[in-house]
Amino acid sequence: MSQIGSFALLLALALSAYAFFAGIAALAREGPESERLGETARRAGIATFAAVLLAAVVLVMAAFADDFSIAYIFHHSNRDLPGPYKFATLWSGQEGSLLFWSLLLASYGLVLRLRHKTDQRLFAYASVIIAAVQIFFLLLLNFAAHPFAIMQGQLPADGNGLNPLLQYPEMVIHPPMLYLGYVGFTIPFAFALGALIMRYPGEKWIHITRRWTMVTWGFLTIGIFLGAHWAYSVLGWGGYWGWDPVENASLMPWLTGTAFLHSVMMQEKRGMLKIWNMWLIFATFGLSIFGTFLTRSGVVSSVHAFAQSAIGNWFVAFLAVIAVTCTYCFFKNKSHLRSEHKLESLVSRESSFLFNNLLLLLACFTVLWGTLFPILSQLVQGTKVTVGPPFFNKVNVPVALLLLLLTAVGPLLAWRKTSLESLKRNFLWPTMGAASVAIALLVLGVRPWRDVSYFYSLMTITLSALVAFTVISEFLRGGRVIADKTGRTLPASMIRLWHRNTRRYGGYIVHFGVVVVMIGLAGSAFNQDKEKEMGYGDQLTIGPYQLVCRSYTQDSKPNYESEWAVINVYKNGQPLTTMYPERRFYRASQQTSTMVANRSTIQEDLYIVYEGLNQDTGRPIIKVHLNPLVMLIWLGLLVMVFGTITALIPNAAPVRATVPARVRAAPVGVED
Amino acid sequence: MWYQSQSFRRTTQIVLLTFAILALMGAGDDESRFQGLGHRMMCVCGCGQILLECNHVGCQYSDRMRSELLAALDRGDNDDLITQAFVQKYGTTVIAAPTTTGFNRLAWIMPFLALVLGLVTTALIVREWKDRPAPATPAGVVPVTGSELETFRRQAREETEL
Repeated sequence: MSQIGSFALLLALALSAYAFFAGIAALAREGPESERLGETARRAGIATFAAVLLAAVVLVMAAFADDFSIAYIFHHSNRDLPGPYKFATLWSGQEGSLLFWSLLLASYGLVLRLRHKTDQRLFAYASVIIAAVQIFFLLLLNFAAHPFAIMQGQLPADGNGLNPLLQYPEMVIHPPMLYLGYVGFTIPFAFALGALIMRYPGEKWIHITRRWTMVTWGFLTIGIFLGAHWAYSVLGWGGYWGWDPVENASLMPWLTGTAFLHSVMMQEKRGMLKIWNMWLIFATFGLSIFGTFLTRSGVVSSVHAFAQSAIGNWFVAFLAVIAVTCTYCFFKNKSHLRSEHKLESLVSRESSFLFNNLLLLLACFTVLWGTLFPILSQLVQGTKVTVGPPFFNKVNVPVALLLLLLTAVGPLLAWRKTSLESLKRNFLWPTMGAASVAIALLVLGVRPWRDVSYFYSLMTITLSALVAFTVISEFLRGGRVIADKTGRTLPASMIRLWHRNTRRYGGYIVHFGVVVVMIGLAGSAFNQDKEKEMGYGDQLTIGPYQLVCRSYTQDSKPNYESEWAVINVYKNGQPLTTMYPERRFYRASQQTSTMVANRSTIQEDLYIVYEGLNQDTGRPIIKVHLNPLVMLIWLGLLVMVFGTITALIPNAAPVRATVPARVRAAPVGVED
Repeated sequence: MWYQSQSFRRTTQIVLLTFAILALMGAGDDESRFQGLGHRMMCVCGCGQILLECNHVGCQYSDRMRSELLAALDRGDNDDLITQAFVQKYGTTVIAAPTTTGFNRLAWIMPFLALVLGLVTTALIVREWKDRPAPATPAGVVPVTGSELETFRRQAREETEL
């Protein structure tokens, strides 16, 4: 089986190399012969997908067949591993996840190459660039991280098993989503670089890549949030984001990708920010590769240490090639990227996008800086320092608040210039609404002067309210106009409004999702936790909840042994539910894992962790967290995904407004 | 100017003083100091978690470190002394964020430098864009400006509102 996989990978490398070199040769010349050569390159690219898919299928089949002669299967699977996790073996380790990356890239490449008739020459350039990226990953797979390497010596009876932290349902979908995001940015990158090299006229490449970018951004968003949810549910420390270097690695391309999605509108509508957008997409792709480098190289310590190995140098070399190629192509074709329009006013949509980009890039820089500072410190001072949550929170929370403010203000500003009258008209009600929310929070007992986290929480909720009110007012205002003109009901008019410009109103829905997420994050200022050793009948009180330990016991399953407690929960003295926090010991890997018992409501999460048995008393230690508003974070994600999907739907019909053009009669002979 | 008046300055002083008193109320008790210091330190077992958030039962470090922190608070040591003692015992990585001394100060300065640099760059871009000559109008078309332009914009907004 391993021979088939190895052969498929070699074949994929050969096909990619052909797609790359033949593609370049075809683009360098003109005429029917080069067209035929280009077509063979395109077909080689399509065939690459089949070869990589075959390799991936072989690896998954080997996992299901418990073929421990393959070292990768031995290290990441075992006989008693449940089926879905055997499938997830594909991306559970270094070699498999690189193969999975290559498969996703080949899949994106397949779609692109099948749609080549949209613009054959531009697609041919993009295809060549994708083939180049594919060659890098296939070189890695064939020569540095071979997934079909054979075990030496006697064949083991059973495998080491999957890391217990990964044996959680979300782990079956979190990495694919994240990888779809990472890999997906290769497509807009390929189009951007291709358009730059061929000095592509106009902004059509932006139109072509817009959906690719949005889909990719959507996948990365889902991946990041699923990772946060996994951390919350599995790591058992009561939080969802720890500013771990690998979390940061996924956040950085998301921030630059978000900046690109906004600033690209300036290029489409006003022909501005062409250079900026080019570098934004270069940076986003570079950061995706850099994120993989951080995860794989082990240059920074991370909870994702299970993925580390010695292939970091390959990534450094690839990053250098990307940087040199992009810089060379940029300086060679810089003159092609001149802006077409001037800025008419500082109070305009254009300015808001500029500042939005500035803040997103600042956030990205601080995350990058904080992630790399320990390495810099070791180089300069000889001692490593920790850059943990206190640093990132202090620096990034104010930036996030400013971004929220811009999210509220930006959509209400007109392109080119906004009059003072229009500002007043658009901002009055949202501002009053936000102020009312702030006053209500103060009345309800939020005291911003007591702690800086309360202050940030109050500001976050107030600004979130401002964004929400502006989004609602935009829908209402547009809906009313359509209702007046068509006689439809207001809700029907608002749906019609969205359908006329799905991108804009889908974007507003995404903004609304961000607001919901931000309110969820603001709840963390009011987190509480308690820890207690709890024997039979022992009680613990946290907030309005009383917890009583009814029992604690042990069990043995084929894949693991477990200890858990049975906790009766009462709220204000009334019986509410029974919860079962658990701790597992996985025999194959000899590792433990936490299974958190979480009762989640919109208001708060009651989050119970079984920390283990006290060896002296034999009683379990229970830690309880009361985390307000956490559910809003996951609901906000759903809203963001919904908004992204709605923004991808094509518009119902183009909008036409008839304005009589005033054309002065041309003087006689002016055409001569 | 109104902001130079004595009454304005006095009001400002009163407001600032009130905020300072409110901010200091309740500060300094051992529980809040324990929470504050415990959240400014890392568990050094390699889990990469904040000291008070490390939940590994049987962790070789976090239980002992928490006990040491409580003991230091009971002794009446101040925050700096406690921090220094932890750094001496567990190394510089025990502090969850870079200090504000020496080279580590750079960690805090750089984000603000980046902000300033970004603002200056943005300002330069804006100035360059504003100074750029307006695009040429096709021959025969009279550019619409002023109140007439506002009227057209309002009309377009009302008719499309998209």
